[in-house]
Amino acid sequence: MSEQAKTSRRPADIYFFATCVVDQFFPGAGLDAITLLEREGIRVHFPEEQTCCGQPAYTSGFPDEARKVATLQLTLFPNDWPVVVPSGSCAGMMKHHYPTLFANDPARKAQAEALSVRIYEFTDFLVNVLGWQPEDRGGDCTVVLHTSCAARREMDVHLTGRKLLGGLNKVKVAQQDHESECCGFGGTFSLKQPEISGAMVEDKLKSLKATGAERVVSADCGCLMNILGHAAWKDKQEGRKTPSPPGEHIASFLLRRTSK
Amino acid sequence: MSEHNLNFMPTEGFRARAKDVVENPFLRQSFRGAMDFLITKRAAQFPSPEELETLRTLGEQIRQYNLGKLPALLLQLEKNLIRNGIQVHWAETPDEANAIILGICKAHSAKLMVKGKSMVSEEIELNHACEAAGIDAMESDMGEYIVQLAGEKPSHIIMPAIHKTKEEIARLFNEKVPGVDYTDNVDELIQIGRRVLREKFLVADIGLSGVNMAVAETGTLCLVENEGNGRLSTTAPPVHIAITGIEKVVEKLAHVPPLLSLLTRSATGQNISTYFNMISGPRQPGEKDGPTEVHLVLLDNGRTQAYADEQLRKTLQCIRCGACMNHCPVYTRIGGHAYGTTYPGPIGKIISPHLLGLEATANMASASSMCGACGEVCPVKIPIPELLMRLREESYSAPHANPAMRGQGAGYSRLITSVWRGWAAVYRSPALYGVVTWLGSRFGRLMPSRQGAWTSVRVPLRPAPKRLRDMLKERG
Repeated sequence: MSEQAKTSRRPADIYFFATCVVDQFFPGAGLDAITLLEREGIRVHFPEEQTCCGQPAYTSGFPDEARKVATLQLTLFPNDWPVVVPSGSCAGMMKHHYPTLFANDPARKAQAEALSVRIYEFTDFLVNVLGWQPEDRGGDCTVVLHTSCAARREMDVHLTGRKLLGGLNKVKVAQQDHESECCGFGGTFSLKQPEISGAMVEDKLKSLKATGAERVVSADCGCLMNILGHAAWKDKQEGRKTPSPPGEHIASFLLRRTSK
Repeated sequence: MSEHNLNFMPTEGFRARAKDVVENPFLRQSFRGAMDFLITKRAAQFPSPEELETLRTLGEQIRQYNLGKLPALLLQLEKNLIRNGIQVHWAETPDEANAIILGICKAHSAKLMVKGKSMVSEEIELNHACEAAGIDAMESDMGEYIVQLAGEKPSHIIMPAIHKTKEEIARLFNEKVPGVDYTDNVDELIQIGRRVLREKFLVADIGLSGVNMAVAETGTLCLVENEGNGRLSTTAPPVHIAITGIEKVVEKLAHVPPLLSLLTRSATGQNISTYFNMISGPRQPGEKDGPTEVHLVLLDNGRTQAYADEQLRKTLQCIRCGACMNHCPVYTRIGGHAYGTTYPGPIGKIISPHLLGLEATANMASASSMCGACGEVCPVKIPIPELLMRLREESYSAPHANPAMRGQGAGYSRLITSVWRGWAAVYRSPALYGVVTWLGSRFGRLMPSRQGAWTSVRVPLRPAPKRLRDMLKERG
């Protein structure tokens, strides 16, 4: 796509759907994503009534409950602006599963389909809509990127995070083994099958740490909650006082690296 | 539930069996290594993502086309098989299938049956039925032979003994095969197996096999294998009995090559299997070899239930390549035995509820993080994650009239349902959400330090002291 075509698509306004996990557990990641978008001259609108995309109930086998929650979100984005979501998983729910969820409700299905085309995962929006080229202002640093299964397989945006990090001159992106494998979160899976989920996150953390990277970044806070939660538990078990490794949402990392 | 299915109670003890494996570092490493090997071999067969996508779409179309006219194709298949001299038997349940096979054995006063690899024969527990009837059923596929010697069940549909190391097999042969000294040289072990099995092919009364595809227009049974044991089982003994699920029929011979290519490449990373057998009838007058009788047993065992529902029907697209298990992070952690079903892994989770009812499999679908790796590699594009969600819904919803599945509501819990209703009440209401999350942010520090399963390997979850919406307000 030409630079001109890119800029002509550059929206003046966007909606930000934070996700319930970011709102309650990783608010800093949400604020950093918004700050970064605003710095690009975009007006970011945060509909106050937003709650959750409904995915926890949907994947757990309770579509009626998911529908009730999704119905609320359908009404929150009346203008024809992009909806940017700092999570591949929640974006995937809204983009790909809402139309299925409302398959038997023609009016809402039409709403869901109209919304679907406006949903963007955060890194996808930066790369493919804004054509954003980060300018690295930090020192030498090695990071390792974990991409969520939904970002990879539902949203097909697993290359955008890597591309953004690759644009930072002094940042080396380490390659972990079994990169495409799930971290073991899976929402209620982590509670229903704690042994298997625990084994998966244990292996994931080992792979990430084996790279020697100083920091883990991800565009999904669900995975971070799981991976960093396990890393902190390990730190406690093994008497470490500093996080090994520390981690954050890619928005926070990108904002910090590109701030004066 | 039939008597033969009583051994299958996968829900019971699943977590305990899974725990045993994940706590065993040796097994964990061994499964990981084996699956990595298979993943690499498959990947090498599909260097072009575009070609893979085209082939998968073709595979999906062929399977859906054939399932779309399944009843008519089964009748056409039967007609053409009979024309070719193959006797056709219909079995609704495992018990019926076993009775048919034992009836044929009895008519020939059979004492020894050699078996080519057949997962459907595992599904009906044919070996037990034979044993009870005084017939020696001997597995001739090397993996199946090992598993049978060990008194176990296959842990993988393509590689039945993938859970065993060569040292374990060496000890097993040394103990169970008369006159065999301990050797963990793989070539020697294979030669030992061959020597034992060769003799059996020559004296067996019955040869039993599975079927990978049954071609309706020609009345042909296709059998994919690598060891030649399939060819021997279906040609050396005087009677050949094939058994398959009713979903394996394809209309045209032209449907075979694409499915075969997808199957071998996805399963073992082979361009083509070492043997591919097309069986179109018994020995004809003037021919010097081949069985004098060929039978086909067509088994339903819950498949018509899946067939009757448009979405669940996609389950039957499966060509049994096993790629979904090789790529599954759950299967990789726990291996096949933990599932407690004939078919383990992702395909096992979606097919077993039809074979065994949701009563016995109510929580099986919960053993998935919904990562989607299975759906991504499936050569016939079965939307496995979507079907897992459907099965969760069928299982956890309150029992209702005219369910699509046997055992619908088996996993229903009033408590869990109320929790989700409460959750929806909060998250559908901006006001309630506001209050609940505000309280969470104010009193999050008071959250218990033990949070059930979550804190078994993670620190407790505590909401941040300020929500994003509070931070945005403060910022102005």
